Amino acid sequence: MVEFFQTHLGYGLGWFLAHLILILLIALPVMLCMALSTWLDRKVWAAMMLRRGPNVVGPIGVLQPFADGLKLFLKETIVPSGANKGVFFIAPIITFVLALVAWSVIPFDAGWVLADINVGMLFIFAVSSMGVYGIIMSGWASNSKYPFLGGLRSAAQMVSYEVSLGLVIVTVVLYASSFNLTDIVESQRGNIFGLLNGNIFNPLLFPMAVVFLISALAETNRPPFDLPEAESELVAGYQIEYSSMTFALFFLGEYMNILLMCALTSILFLGGYLPPIDWAPLYYVPGLIWLFVKIVFMFFVFAWVKATVPRYRYDQLMRLGWKVFLPLSLLWVVLVSGWLVFTGHFSGGAA
Amino acid sequence: MIQAAVFYLFAAVVVLSGLMVILAKNPVHSVLWLILAFFNAAGLFLVIGAEFVAMILVIVYVGAVAVLFLFVVMMLDIDFTSLRAGFSRYLPFGALLGLVLAVELVTVGFFWEFGDLALQARAAPAPGANAGLSNTQAIGTILYTDYVFIFQLAGMVLLTAMIGAIVLTLRQRPGVKRQNVAAQNARTPETSIAVTRPKVGAGVDTDGGVK
Repeated sequence: MVEFFQTHLGYGLGWFLAHLILILLIALPVMLCMALSTWLDRKVWAAMMLRRGPNVVGPIGVLQPFADGLKLFLKETIVPSGANKGVFFIAPIITFVLALVAWSVIPFDAGWVLADINVGMLFIFAVSSMGVYGIIMSGWASNSKYPFLGGLRSAAQMVSYEVSLGLVIVTVVLYASSFNLTDIVESQRGNIFGLLNGNIFNPLLFPMAVVFLISALAETNRPPFDLPEAESELVAGYQIEYSSMTFALFFLGEYMNILLMCALTSILFLGGYLPPIDWAPLYYVPGLIWLFVKIVFMFFVFAWVKATVPRYRYDQLMRLGWKVFLPLSLLWVVLVSGWLVFTGHFSGGAA
Repeated sequence: MIQAAVFYLFAAVVVLSGLMVILAKNPVHSVLWLILAFFNAAGLFLVIGAEFVAMILVIVYVGAVAVLFLFVVMMLDIDFTSLRAGFSRYLPFGALLGLVLAVELVTVGFFWEFGDLALQARAAPAPGANAGLSNTQAIGTILYTDYVFIFQLAGMVLLTAMIGAIVLTLRQRPGVKRQNVAAQNARTPETSIAVTRPKVGAGVDTDGGVK
């Protein structure tokens, strides 16, 4: 498509317009999926609690997120008089933009990626590590004690779990010998006796998949790690003072981050756009469908955890992050790199 | 052309936000401007094609160091009037320091002569980049072979600092109840539940036995 625009509009302008359209082609479906994911989340919850969930707006309530969005859009934006106005408004924008930006390096199918950069994994990690600013800035700028406590909690929590998240990513990157997400997906093709696609079927990487999933829950502030917004103690944490669209941006950013983490789990451990079994007929199904199915499955797991697991106490959360996951993932990096050197994985590589 | 425009954009934002770090009245705003400066410095690294360093800069400085920095500054109880109070008293000394630094920087900038080796390194910042190695691989190759001793030494320095920080903040307070997860998980109904039949009004003692 880039070539098509460039032949008609010249090099620079063609490149610009083509990428603008590609960005819209990614951002709009992602936002639609995110809206529907809030509906799916509530439906899964409701089913696990033997309720019906949203069922009034549209068939089986599927239009509920749009009704909610319209309602929020029409509400009044209230700014607390003691708030630090500039920072107060920048915070939700940061959360939303960062959540959207990371999708630019996600490979949706072989070659279907907006920015095929060779440090794609690091890019996502960098973006997700900046996500904490939206929360910490909103917590401080609200000038109110519950948001402040929520912001502090979230800063400590996200920094703690990022460490183990990074080490888990290192193990996968060692297997793939590349930071490029497409390379990481391709490295999982038929790597288990040529039968299964996906690092999760690799006994050495399976524990890391579990650690990654739990750390991803903590990183996205999902239950059982939703202490920054724990409603029973902090009312809603850093979101308290936000109303109308500023709240909506937080809400959307949060769900988009969850979808991103689901996509990342699919790409790192479930084989991304590859079918789970390395069997020729399955490759007739487009890779986009496989990735979508995997993301929906991971999202179901996120909702499942939310519906069934009670919230962690804060000291237990920190203990899990620093005393269990950090040593475990550090040990696993040594183990995986030792195994790869032992089996001569690197001998054929460029290094 | 676009590269130059992007460079001037990033460079201008770095300089401006650096200026705002010292001009902002509120310390938290200063830290936020500093974060913007870090972020745009990463952009400058991207412009010269050092994508690995750029990402690491964002992950380490923006994602971790600056968060903790912001964390501490946010918790400070700041009195703005007392913060401004000594301004005129410290102005001469501060101006002198600034002048000395500026003169030194200008001297270095104008009179520094690069050796041949440094000029070669400047022409190809990542050795092996011409051989088709990516940025990440080039840095890894040079860091873990030629400079492995210095790398390990830096790691040792950091380890010492880490141990020092832990020793300074570690304190054993008596009488603090700590959670022992292993002990909790080892409990079974047999060790923790006792079925008793106390008489009416008698109750049970703390060991669970009948009085």
